[in-house]
Amino acid sequence: MDMITLNEAQKKSRRGRNIALGVVLFALVVGFYVVTLVKFSGGMVN
Amino acid sequence: MSVIDHHEANGPEAAVRLSEASARDFFALLKPRVMSLVVFTGLAGMVMAPGHIHPFIGFIAILCIAVGAGASGALNMWYDADIDAVMTRTASRPIPAGKIRAEEALAFGLTLSAFSVCILGIVVNWLSAGLLAFTIFFYAVVYTMWLKRSTPQNIVIGGAAGAFPPMIGWACVTNGVAIESIVLFLITFLWTPAHFWALALFKMRDYGAVGVPMLPNVSGEATTKNQIVIYAVLTAIIGVVPTTLGFSSVVYGAFAALLGLGFIWYSIGVWRMPDGDEKMAPAKKLFAFSILYLFAIFSALMIDHLIATLWLTTGGAA
Repeated sequence: MDMITLNEAQKKSRRGRNIALGVVLFALVVGFYVVTLVKFSGGMVN
Repeated sequence: MSVIDHHEANGPEAAVRLSEASARDFFALLKPRVMSLVVFTGLAGMVMAPGHIHPFIGFIAILCIAVGAGASGALNMWYDADIDAVMTRTASRPIPAGKIRAEEALAFGLTLSAFSVCILGIVVNWLSAGLLAFTIFFYAVVYTMWLKRSTPQNIVIGGAAGAFPPMIGWACVTNGVAIESIVLFLITFLWTPAHFWALALFKMRDYGAVGVPMLPNVSGEATTKNQIVIYAVLTAIIGVVPTTLGFSSVVYGAFAALLGLGFIWYSIGVWRMPDGDEKMAPAKKLFAFSILYLFAIFSALMIDHLIATLWLTTGGAA
């Protein structure tokens, strides 16, 4: 089976996109976690 | 047997396009400079609104407004890729530059639109999410797909899209719309025509080349200059309305009046500019001043409100 071989520029850009996507996903996880804490603490205070 | 046999007319890489787009190229699709203006005016709406919002929820709200605005920018670039490729100002954008395919930009824009609206709705409230969704729809569909190529009043009506963020910011805190948030909307709405027509004057040939009916190309320079002065006067008037309605101080009002006079002054400079002027220096000056004007007005509104709040909470008024 023939495979597509990425050149250096394509590898570099793919790595960059993957890192950016990873950072965004991590930020979303942290964001939702903190929002949950804020919402729950608000409810308890009220 | 090859996984790409049916594509191999000119070799696998010619048939299966392998993207070299970087994360920075995708970020450029979001129109970061426009996004910074949206963040700033959205923040102003949030700061000015009565009531309280948790700082982290406020941060998420601003992020959603910024991403929603960026998503509408990506949708705009997807739809306008044909004319962007011809205009000097936009030829280096990611799609005409060949870094990102139009379909990728469309998928990116739609995904971010859905995410920003849903997260704003879930985390903050559904009124602000609805306003954000309407803003994206207004910019991507009403302005980009319909008005931009069909009427010289495109940016007058389309300017509403750029004017909504302070209203969204306000709605994030109050879950409502008030006369104050409508005034904040009107400041950007009435400011937009003079700002864009100043740009259109010195980029007239670009717009003419792609058939976008901007006012200078359709009605001529003289009409455009008259309209610029009219909208500059309207912007100067709406700039002081926060004081006349009592939700900003007299100090802000005086500052806004001075800025408004500056805006009118620069617009008169454009009005006096001879038709066919090659350098268009007064139009470029007005364009630069208009950006400063909007940042200064919204900064002043926020500072004025924060000082007033501080004054009240420390008992200074007693």
